[in-house]
Amino acid sequence: MRVNNYNDLKEWKKVCPRKADYKINVLVCNGTSCLSSDSEMLAKILEKEMLNRDLNGEIRIVKTGCFGFCGQGPIIKIEPDDVTYVQVKVEDIAEIVESHLVNRIVVSRLLYKEPNQTNVVEQSSGMNFYKKQMRIALRNCGEIDPENIEDYIVNNGYFALAKVLQEYTPDEVIKIVKESGLRGRGGGGFNTGLKWELTRKVPGREKYIVCNADEGDPGAFMDRSILEGDPHSVLEAMMIAGYAIGASQGLIYIRAEYGVATNRLYRAIKDAKEAGLIGKNIFGTDFSFDINIKLGAGAFVCGEETALIRSMEGFRGEPNKKPPFPSVQGFRGKPTSVNNVETFANVPAIILNGSKWFSSIGTEKSKGTKVFALAGQIRNNGLVEVPMGTTFREIIYDIGGGHPQGKEIKAIQIGGPSGGVITKDFFDTKIDYESLLGMGAMMGSGGMIIMDEDNDMVKIAKFYLEFTQDESCGKCTPCRIGTKRMYEILENLVNMKGKPEDLDRLRILGENIKNTSLCGLGQTAPNPVLSTMKYFMEEYEAYAYRTKRTTYSIDPKLCIGCTKCARNCPVSCIEGKVKEPHYIDETKCIACGACYEACPVHAIIKP
Amino acid sequence: MRNRILDTSTLDKELLKQLDAFIDSLEGDKQEHLIHVLHKAQDLFSYLPQNLQLYIARKLDLSGARVNGVVTFYSYFNEKPVGKYIISVCMGTACFVKGADKVLERVLELTGTSKNEMSSDGLFTVKDVRCIGACGLAPVMTVNDKVYGKVKPKDVDDIIRHYRSIQYESK
Repeated sequence: MRVNNYNDLKEWKKVCPRKADYKINVLVCNGTSCLSSDSEMLAKILEKEMLNRDLNGEIRIVKTGCFGFCGQGPIIKIEPDDVTYVQVKVEDIAEIVESHLVNRIVVSRLLYKEPNQTNVVEQSSGMNFYKKQMRIALRNCGEIDPENIEDYIVNNGYFALAKVLQEYTPDEVIKIVKESGLRGRGGGGFNTGLKWELTRKVPGREKYIVCNADEGDPGAFMDRSILEGDPHSVLEAMMIAGYAIGASQGLIYIRAEYGVATNRLYRAIKDAKEAGLIGKNIFGTDFSFDINIKLGAGAFVCGEETALIRSMEGFRGEPNKKPPFPSVQGFRGKPTSVNNVETFANVPAIILNGSKWFSSIGTEKSKGTKVFALAGQIRNNGLVEVPMGTTFREIIYDIGGGHPQGKEIKAIQIGGPSGGVITKDFFDTKIDYESLLGMGAMMGSGGMIIMDEDNDMVKIAKFYLEFTQDESCGKCTPCRIGTKRMYEILENLVNMKGKPEDLDRLRILGENIKNTSLCGLGQTAPNPVLSTMKYFMEEYEAYAYRTKRTTYSIDPKLCIGCTKCARNCPVSCIEGKVKEPHYIDETKCIACGACYEACPVHAIIKP
Repeated sequence: MRNRILDTSTLDKELLKQLDAFIDSLEGDKQEHLIHVLHKAQDLFSYLPQNLQLYIARKLDLSGARVNGVVTFYSYFNEKPVGKYIISVCMGTACFVKGADKVLERVLELTGTSKNEMSSDGLFTVKDVRCIGACGLAPVMTVNDKVYGKVKPKDVDDIIRHYRSIQYESK
């Protein structure tokens, strides 16, 4: 099909296969997470079964993007029955086919079991994980086949672009996006429409739209999931942005590590070009746009927009000082608007539903929804999208299902290496850009790492510092040397070689690095340390005053004397008689944790 | 490296031809495509020895220092030979809090090598990598393109044994 005008698109939509054309749609998650547990094989076997049973006219197997319920993968969803099966194995397929697809009897043993509830929820929409979510950026993820452009078009794909080119001037597009209140989802939270306006205002014919898909924050994977699950929405939004600022060229800068996402993007670009949706005179107008992919090569600093631009030009990814901002002098020295994947994914929905619809969602200053990646000590690992203003408690306990073993959650690290920790005192805070900054954290890209009492906050801070000092590009001194010194102080503390005065040095050094670094990486690098120092000073003091326990011990009240710990100890420092409490010789303990792993009754106390 | 004599005798001629064809096919400013070219070169040669870097520099009319500067800046590029199986242990936060350091320790112990070095039998190179975005499966390790999720240190034994045995069978 080739689209030469708006009418062609409408006609195409009419003939695209719909879910309603089939009696049953079997959606098999083919996101990276589920692929790693062989979900591709599940889809293959299902397809073969359908052929064998001659059901392929009635039942469609759809390989979709991420459902977000990654911790329970691989996931299979049956529509229109709205039933989600979790942790599906190859050997379960026969039963799903025979029981559900043929005889329409739900296989209840494969349903998700809610914690603290005896009965299972049959309807996916009734699952706590999905109940409080609101999917705008992820609207098509897990719903459509990302490698099939018709699946996108049938869900109003490219209709926002058509509307923009038919009905709006570039200034009107900017006005709509500005009024919607959409802010950059990559970290800073700058008003997207305003960014476009600034780029539009700079004179010149050659301008660029850049999609920042260099998702480097450890613990964040929403951009990857959007690109894997709904690549066309990003392409469409880039073209809308291109029309708004007056650019005819778009570039996607994506991490080389994201193989599946990159391949799906190449495929999507190829399909859209063949359909005439990318290229010259789109929808018969005089607007032309081309999109290319630029691969990153493993440098965290390239998520910073000026460094990203250097990297796209074939240089070391070192940032430049701002101003001049990329909106004035960006790629090849020309005005460039750099926006993040999730930001783009919101744009077509805003155009189709209007700015009022979008701005009615969220808080006063933060509109719309935000995707968060839940990881760490939480039951439902995965991706969730909630309206701005949702509380941490709702996300962690209602959606996330709380701690997997029901332990108390001590803190949440949000915003990756640029962010900070939130303690349980703040779990009822409504999340938006401002409230997070007020707590010494930041939205960042939206990675949330959940931690319990077993996680040592000083070691977590040291972990992040090791990351940033390793990823520091070395261009400016405060970041290059400062983060290294901070890391050394932390290393000394953790190795019990620290001194009480180290704590002051750490804080002062951190504040200096924040104030004097060149780019966002250095300006935020001390945040994980400063925020953990603010809320968990006692853990730092335990190291600084060397009162920290470094060995394991056994709670005699819980120990049942099973001897498992003693048998697993590599240095034989655990003694005790059978069926009597054991004890650890703390002078010999090497803190390897073997006893902790072995104990069946959780009687071992961690240092 | 500009004045150094380029010695390509250690490089496979056929692969060089493929690299040339790739570079010739690039449109626009070729120097801007340096990172793209390096990706292609590493795909072909599995690593980027210095004479290959110099070869690319001459081809794109860049200084050897500029190419080497880019290669060493980005962690994705290898200057040293790599094993047949590249084991990457994710050291992202989610994996870290779930004990990835112990997984890495076990991998290094079993392969008998140190980080970023090739094992003496040429089979394995072990890397600790940045978050690969499979946090729902933490801790995660990959062997070439295959992802292993929820890895415990004791699972590592089976995984390494598996790759050793397919190696043995293929011989």
